[in-house]
Amino acid sequence: MEQTNFQLKKQDAQSDEWEAQLHHATKATREDWIGRGISYFCIGIIILVVASMLWFITSKGIATFTQNHVSLWKFLSGTNWAPDQGQTGALPMILGSFAVTFAAAIVATPFAVGTAIFMTEISPNKGRKFLQPVIELLVGIPSVVYGFIGLAVIVPFMRHLVGGSGFGIISATFVLFVMVLPTITSMTVDSLRAVPRFYKEASLALGATRWQTVSRVILRSATSGILTAIIFGMARAFGEALAVQMVIGNAAIMPKNLISPASTLTSQLTTGIGDTIDGTLPNNALWSLALILLLMSLVFNALVRIIAKRGQLKHER
Amino acid sequence: MNAKRTDLLATILIDLIVASVVGILFFLLAYILTAGLPHVSWSFLTGATDAFSGAGGIGVQLFNSFYLLVLTMLISVPISLGAGIYLAEYAKDNWRTSLIRSAIEVLSSLPSVVVGLFGFLLFVVKFKIGFSVISGAIALTFFNLPLLTRNIEESLSAVSRSQREAGLSLGLSKWKTEIGIILPVALPGIVTGIVLSAGRVFGEAAALIYTAGQSAPVTNFADWNPMDAASPLNPLRPAETLAVHIWKVNTEGLASNAAALSAAASAVLIIAVLLFNLGARLLGTYLYRRVTASK
Repeated sequence: MEQTNFQLKKQDAQSDEWEAQLHHATKATREDWIGRGISYFCIGIIILVVASMLWFITSKGIATFTQNHVSLWKFLSGTNWAPDQGQTGALPMILGSFAVTFAAAIVATPFAVGTAIFMTEISPNKGRKFLQPVIELLVGIPSVVYGFIGLAVIVPFMRHLVGGSGFGIISATFVLFVMVLPTITSMTVDSLRAVPRFYKEASLALGATRWQTVSRVILRSATSGILTAIIFGMARAFGEALAVQMVIGNAAIMPKNLISPASTLTSQLTTGIGDTIDGTLPNNALWSLALILLLMSLVFNALVRIIAKRGQLKHER
Repeated sequence: MNAKRTDLLATILIDLIVASVVGILFFLLAYILTAGLPHVSWSFLTGATDAFSGAGGIGVQLFNSFYLLVLTMLISVPISLGAGIYLAEYAKDNWRTSLIRSAIEVLSSLPSVVVGLFGFLLFVVKFKIGFSVISGAIALTFFNLPLLTRNIEESLSAVSRSQREAGLSLGLSKWKTEIGIILPVALPGIVTGIVLSAGRVFGEAAALIYTAGQSAPVTNFADWNPMDAASPLNPLRPAETLAVHIWKVNTEGLASNAAALSAAASAVLIIAVLLFNLGARLLGTYLYRRVTASK
């Protein structure tokens, strides 16, 4: 009797232990909880940063319209920028930004696509060994250095060539051209490499020359990728601040031609934001420029998505 | 014959384009190095800047650039590592994940000047920390996080599934598998990405003008206590970096030799960035060999 009791007790203790083990998390599970917690926390920080960035800049940017009661239409279409006198026409900067962005993209695209064709179709070997590092180096050069070279080389050159001060949209275009070239090139290379090999083989087998294959088959099937690359380049040009600010002359007037001083959203922001007092109209107006920049970068983002989606549909069909 | 002639013409045109692109790079490098290097000397690299005109050496700026870089990396690498692991391992394929991905995409496409202005608004205007090393480092972190996260996620996802399955089948937790097995294999790619992003952070100026500030107060390099106002390590002092210095000298500086000065500073900056690029390549290859035991 005594013995069985003892045995029962022992069994009880053991089953309690098992039960405890079964009902409680193992070391591995706990580790996983901690790990999950850490990684959720990190991604949470990023989400928080993005959300607060959008929130803060939007709330600051709309103050011009809600607190200072400037009409949105007057802000966007006005041509007179003198915020300390209550004149907040942002059109000169908006036009300036779009002008340098489109001009740079138009100049850079042929160079970028040509280089990408060379790297993928004409001489892939030289492309990988020699041009890849060239492109990477161009990406790596800091924007202030581009600005400095623009200031030291392009501005005097333009002054010599066409007269005037040398500062202006055309100088900014040249600087931005070099800056967006590597972006567009490397993304175009990726999209050309993604064209299925048998497209090319089929075309060559039909007796097409290399150029016919490139222009009628490869470039055509990579169109959406190339467009995405161009938009990425434009986004970079639109948001570039210091290099542009150094060579464009920063005159907040309507750009009359390509060789007179003008200004962009970014150049006006970098020169102005430190000199204005928080909460006043001149300061709020600058934040509205920042808001336009933010919205444009969202627009570029959306464009990339739309193009990617349409490109996908085409390939599936 | 016509098609062949067009082919030839197109090939020549493309060759010319490539030659001009390569020419541009060589011109840029040659210009910076020939205009800048003659002015680079030991006293230039270590000397103090004249606060009024901006002339003089770049010692403090050079130190600031490296200090900011280290601080930025200390903050951004752990966060993006965690976020990268989340995206590679824990994130399910649903709307929430795609929302997170687009948030990261938006952050990476924001112009750096907007990121800098946000930092200015948050730290200088709202929290009243003032232009300081720590404001600059956090602004640079915002700028660095999305690219680093994406790089880490890609490196982790590139590791073959069988490695994950092996770890899990041994009874390891997902987390342990990720840290102990996947991360070491992905390390070469991650390190390359980190060093490349370091090059970008080192040359960034637009995000720093209104966060780390445009002044480099004289610091006492004998005082290494981070709490002292004059210490170079004090995270609350304004810190103009080398890239900001180049911008400042060219736009607002009164130095009579501004061109030579910024050429020299640009040369130093370019060499540093080149070293980062080269370092990324070498370190990546070295680590790859160590980890995979391939020759």
